Amino acid sequence: MSALLEVEGLTAGYGAAPVLHDVSLTVEPGQIVAVLGANGAGKSTLLRTLSGLLPATSGRVTFDGQDLRGIKVERMVHHGIAHVPEGRGVVTELTVDENLRLGGLWRKPQPPLEPIYELFPRLAERRGHLGHQLSGGERQMLAIGRALAAQPRLLLLDEPSLGLAPKITAQIMALLRDLRDRTGLAVLLVEQNVRSALSIADQGVVLSLGRIVTRHDAATLVDDADLRHAYLGF
Amino acid sequence: MDRFLFLTFDGLSRGAVYAAFALALVLIWRATRIVNFAQGAMAVATAYVAYSVADATGSYWLGFIVALVAGLLIGAGVERVVMRFVDHSSPLNGVVVALGLVLIIQGVLGMIYGNEFRPAPAPFSRDAFNIGGVALLSRYDLFVFAAVGAVVVLLTLLFTRTPTGLRMRAAAFAPDVSRLLGVPVGGMLTLGWALAAAVGSLAGMLVIPTELGLHPTAMDIVFISAFTAAVLGGLDSPIGAVLGGLIVGLLLSYISGYLGATVAPMAVLALLVVVLLSRPDGLFSRSKARTA
Repeated sequence: MSALLEVEGLTAGYGAAPVLHDVSLTVEPGQIVAVLGANGAGKSTLLRTLSGLLPATSGRVTFDGQDLRGIKVERMVHHGIAHVPEGRGVVTELTVDENLRLGGLWRKPQPPLEPIYELFPRLAERRGHLGHQLSGGERQMLAIGRALAAQPRLLLLDEPSLGLAPKITAQIMALLRDLRDRTGLAVLLVEQNVRSALSIADQGVVLSLGRIVTRHDAATLVDDADLRHAYLGF
Repeated sequence: MDRFLFLTFDGLSRGAVYAAFALALVLIWRATRIVNFAQGAMAVATAYVAYSVADATGSYWLGFIVALVAGLLIGAGVERVVMRFVDHSSPLNGVVVALGLVLIIQGVLGMIYGNEFRPAPAPFSRDAFNIGGVALLSRYDLFVFAAVGAVVVLLTLLFTRTPTGLRMRAAAFAPDVSRLLGVPVGGMLTLGWALAAAVGSLAGMLVIPTELGLHPTAMDIVFISAFTAAVLGGLDSPIGAVLGGLIVGLLLSYISGYLGATVAPMAVLALLVVVLLSRPDGLFSRSKARTA
């Protein structure tokens, strides 16, 4: 099976100072890859570069065999890449329903929202509420639901557990695993919460100071005490 | 009492124009956090073009349509060619660029058409007809209400009922997130500027025949009144802009009716100062002022 996302020697950053150095990784269809690492390791920068919000200074990104260089941010979703940014990115001035519609608006005909509401019954109850009236967990569900409305093949998910209660984080992780199993969705999951990320990931990639320092099966990372101590600090 | 009623209707008619013009300012502010100080000059430019067409063809309505189309084009042009390249790190940059545009547009209009007032005939009679023995409204006033009402209804439908309106709102509120969702944010900005400038042109076409006529600076005082209306409404709120416009129109009408027309421009400035000092977020703003 050929990789869905292939990143080779990616270097990127803000201004003259690179944040990512020579990052290479692959994501297979239906695979959940967790990107782990401390604050400032470059995890969010990696996602922002992949979705085109930040230009890469060098390196190659191919998605489903197609070179992504020069593709505009607003076209990425057409290629099947949906990015849920850190801080959730719910448009707080719009209603739940409008946010969800926005996710699939580029598709013709527009996809029905009912499957999303079935996935997140809580959102269905609040479909007329404005984004800023939602709780943190609801916003995260909305951001993920909105990305799913685009029916992507790869979900770039930035810190979904940020500021959420453990129970809600667990729900979201279970949902991702379920989606992967049912639809073959691939996920590149950036997380500070190592345990919950590895609980659903197939593979774990550890970033440190913008470089990939190790890459293993999630089970290996969890089971191998040396690896855990060395790279994950628990 | 008759006089009060007359001043009320006259104020509402002028207020409707301010409302449209303030609405145009709010559209651009919401999308780009720029107060388009050039909007008056842009509107005058399109009015000159419109009256040139009307004079040449003998059809006011052809000129009227040309004004709206020219508004769309000049709005899109200003966004694409100038405003897109303004550095947004300081809010003053957009203001200075817009003021520069005012000078350029007014200078060019003066060179082409001369710096004197030119007649701008109204398409309908401005003589008020009697309702129950009281002269309240002219046919022109009714035209103003209908035109502004149509714009408000059409913009409301656009923004609340259409996919494009949803895209425009999302692009204005959260540009980066919108791009991730596949919204062509740059295109939405251009469209927003085009629509706003067309609404500004409409307001110019409605107000210029009621004043001294065409002049490169014909919209300056109108701009100040409409800007006050927009600030009164909170700059972020389309409903606030419309209500603010009507309030400013009424206030100006009463003041010039009871205190004299020379006091009115000062009264607008005084109102602007009072609003900025006491309610800088405006009377109708829902949320606290956002930082850029």
